[in-house]
Amino acid sequence: MNRLFIAGAALLAAAALPNAASAQGTVKIGVISAYSGQFADTAAQIDNGIKLYMKQHGDTVAGKKIEIIRKDTGGPNPDVAKRLAQELVVRDNVDILAGFTLTPEALGAASVATEAKKLMVNMNAATAVITERSPYIVRVSVTLPQISETAGTWLATKGGAKKAYTMVSDFGPGIDAEAAFQRAFKAAGGEIIGSVRMPVANPDFSAFIQRAKDLNPESIFVFVPGGAQPAAIGKAFAERGLDPAKIKIMSTGEAVDEQAIKAMGDVSLGRLSAWHYDYNLKTKNNPAFVKAFNDEFKRNPDFFAVGGYDGMHLIYEALKKTGGKTDGDSLVEAAKGMKWESPRGPISIDPATRDIVQTVYIRKVEKVGDAIVNVDFDKIENVKDPAIGAFAPWPANPESRKVCARYTSGFRVRTQLRANPE
Amino acid sequence: MLPPIFGVLFDGIAYGMLLFVLSVGLSVTLGLMNFVNLAHCAFAMLGGYVTVTLVNIFGWPFLATLPVSFIAAAVTSVVLERVLYRRLYRASDLDQVLLTIGLAFISVSVAAYIFGTIQQPIATPAALRGSIDFFGLGLGKYRLFLIAVALLVTLAMVIGLEYTRFGAQVRASVDNQRMARGLGIDVDWTFASTFALGSGLAGLGGSLAIEIVGLDPNFSFTYLVYVLIVVSVGGLGSIAGSFAAAMLIGISDIAGKYYVPELGAFLIYLVMVVVLMWKPAGLFGKR
Amino acid sequence: MANPTPLTPQGYLLARTRWHPLEIAFWLATLLPFILFPNYLSLASQIAITALFALSLDIILGYAGVVSLGHAAFFGIGAYSAGLFSKYVWGEPFSGLLVAAALAGLLGYGTSFIISRFRHLPLIMITLGLGLLAHEVANSAHWLTGGSDGLQGVRTDPIFGLFRFDLYGKTAYAYSLAVLFIVFLCARRLINSPFGLALRGIRENWNRMPAIGADSRAHIRKAYTIAAVIAGICGALLTQTTNSASLESISFQRSADVLVMLVLGGAGRLYGGLIGAAIFMIARDQFSGIAPQFWYFWIGVLLVAVVMFLPNGILGGLSAIVARWRRK
Repeated sequence: MNRLFIAGAALLAAAALPNAASAQGTVKIGVISAYSGQFADTAAQIDNGIKLYMKQHGDTVAGKKIEIIRKDTGGPNPDVAKRLAQELVVRDNVDILAGFTLTPEALGAASVATEAKKLMVNMNAATAVITERSPYIVRVSVTLPQISETAGTWLATKGGAKKAYTMVSDFGPGIDAEAAFQRAFKAAGGEIIGSVRMPVANPDFSAFIQRAKDLNPESIFVFVPGGAQPAAIGKAFAERGLDPAKIKIMSTGEAVDEQAIKAMGDVSLGRLSAWHYDYNLKTKNNPAFVKAFNDEFKRNPDFFAVGGYDGMHLIYEALKKTGGKTDGDSLVEAAKGMKWESPRGPISIDPATRDIVQTVYIRKVEKVGDAIVNVDFDKIENVKDPAIGAFAPWPANPESRKVCARYTSGFRVRTQLRANPE
Repeated sequence: MLPPIFGVLFDGIAYGMLLFVLSVGLSVTLGLMNFVNLAHCAFAMLGGYVTVTLVNIFGWPFLATLPVSFIAAAVTSVVLERVLYRRLYRASDLDQVLLTIGLAFISVSVAAYIFGTIQQPIATPAALRGSIDFFGLGLGKYRLFLIAVALLVTLAMVIGLEYTRFGAQVRASVDNQRMARGLGIDVDWTFASTFALGSGLAGLGGSLAIEIVGLDPNFSFTYLVYVLIVVSVGGLGSIAGSFAAAMLIGISDIAGKYYVPELGAFLIYLVMVVVLMWKPAGLFGKR
Repeated sequence: MANPTPLTPQGYLLARTRWHPLEIAFWLATLLPFILFPNYLSLASQIAITALFALSLDIILGYAGVVSLGHAAFFGIGAYSAGLFSKYVWGEPFSGLLVAAALAGLLGYGTSFIISRFRHLPLIMITLGLGLLAHEVANSAHWLTGGSDGLQGVRTDPIFGLFRFDLYGKTAYAYSLAVLFIVFLCARRLINSPFGLALRGIRENWNRMPAIGADSRAHIRKAYTIAAVIAGICGALLTQTTNSASLESISFQRSADVLVMLVLGGAGRLYGGLIGAAIFMIARDQFSGIAPQFWYFWIGVLLVAVVMFLPNGILGGLSAIVARWRRK
């Protein structure tokens, strides 16, 4: 034992310390995503966005060659994500961390970004609190409160609904969405007549929808994660006879994504949603983007893909601004306040929070020719993540403040921050 | 106007029927051959992808694809049985677990490679969409169809195993393999065809499940836990047991979500643990 | 095998406790990553943790014949309790380890009364059910565990106040390896004791052991509690070396993965879990480096190949081959 210990200590001391500095003339980007497992399609679409951007803009920027190294986390594993981030930094000498399909991945890698001083581009993970976890994180995707709060305000005002029932998946993002929607809906004068949280691993929704139907609500707000559930819940609405033409069914974009409305068919007509991107958007750059994406990958882009695409844009532009300097501080400075025209419309990075500021579109599922698509008919511009920005005040009513704090880990952190700002 | 409890029961039964079709094959192979086939849901996934391909690319009607998915899963399973499984009939359970988990892993990435990681949409015929009104109760047409198919499958299996020569051979092989061999029953052939039957049913279940739960490459693992629960609660090798267990799990899942949504995710696991503590061999199990 | 005279039980046990040269070589080899692969130390650290987890499963599965599909429950309890302890009490790692081990052991002792009553398929399914229930409890206790976002605010102090957990994972690996080695020594002692022998007896014949004075259920209860303690230590190690704890640490996937690793390496052998975990995780790292989307395929091929060519796991297969070769 003693001998072993001495040997171990000697080896520890002898372990090679310095790594060769990254080769001049290359910028390495480590992409950490859940390429396998339940969320594989999300990672695949982010990756398609990255590939398309590099194909369109070349793999050289500011005189440096861009090299992508992909790492698979297999799912919401913060420990694996952290290890991969460490390995990317120490083994592969990457200059930038990117990707992050899921919140736990981003939170796991955040400390590595801080310690190694590397720019970390969050291309998808949507929990509000992420950008506070490291001064090197920049988000180009979306935050759930950003969407659900907009949905709540819109539904209670322009949407003309006075009473709403909420149905969300029982996990972090779902609870974030529930709290943000309810807060905004109430603040705009609406009333929440009931709510239900559904297990995340939930193959059959009929029971929950029956519960909602029993209350005969004027409107329903839905949040379910992308994948199999959107179509399943949509079909269950139709089976229980909840007609989107009579009851306003509002949701975030996942619940009416392309695959879901294809699978639902006509019963999806009339469904409302608030979201930041759709392949059917008619912004300046979107039609060309969708065409190029289809040529390359034979499918339509979705918001995951646009996250990867915009993330690469941010990296390219930041590198141009720094003249090829790759240290985290210069890159983050360059990214702050950056504005550009994305396929989803004009977007920018809030210099104070490093979070995305973008337009939220209100859409309705309609038949256009033979196709069933989301058609946007209203929009709210320059929406920030509400919990930080001035968009919505923290609830004055102590009861709802308590509810918010209990419901969302992200919000709870903020109450503390508000109490003693650092 | 019927009270909502009937609607809950109806949904629970329909969901239970789906679980039954998915899991009865595993119950039979586990009970008959003592083979732990964790790749069972991979055959279900295969059936699902056959249906999706035929409907979306070749424009077949949904109903016509169901027999094809049954046959495709059955044939694939026989090939695997001859090449791989057969060698492990006498191996330890753990080796069987390792082999079949390995096959399930392979099925996941093969499906992702061929079909992409995307969620497969499927459009069922208009006749199966929407619901019919039954004394104020909206009964989903697809769920009615599901119940009908599952009842047909049950009937066919009960008749097949109770009243035919093949059924007698299967039962003889289950009860006493050595004796069955002594009586001149080709036990190997009986095993292979039973295995094919079980996997074929899984394939059929996979096709039927798309409409309710969707289909992506992870299907092989997503429903494995549910299937194992039904098999163990029902009791190995018992068709009636699987049927009762699937009903119990389906109804308690739906009723639990309706009446006590806070317990939604816990309930079926609780039911399983309680049933097994009460009857370790399962509801209708012999051992 | 080499000894022609029949052994007394004492002699048999004594012979088993002697260190084989290969064992010494194995433990020296665990130090190689410090020199040869200084950039792979975080991976090495997670392999060491997983190897210890596989060892804990081996005690109940390989030796006592209790197949568990819910072993991650104890891993998760350890992970969360170490994380919460560092968040609300203090960040000193060793005390966190002890707290995690104690809590996991307590839960293990409690559930062992259920576990020891069952065998075969019902046992597997009850462990699975309990594991899934534990997962749901962790998921629904958002306020405590952070739900699917993972536990936030874990902080681990430097070991002895001196060695900080660094970016290269040097401290993490040294720490995990040291714990692995110490726990391994205890497990080795346990397995080669009369108690370990009795466990093997129970695995082979559940009904006969009580007749010769070894109460099967009491033995199973003890073994299960010990395994839970070790699993709790593993969870705490993972939390402390990565400063994170998530639902994945308590998931069915982790229970299933560790079972696969143990069977891959060879259940019922002290080194089976260690070898299995190392091979599985290195293969996974390499394959997913090459094909991040399709590495499952190659892992699957690896598993099928091992079953076909090396039955009873890699160590089991190899020792059979060696035995056959010696007989010639």
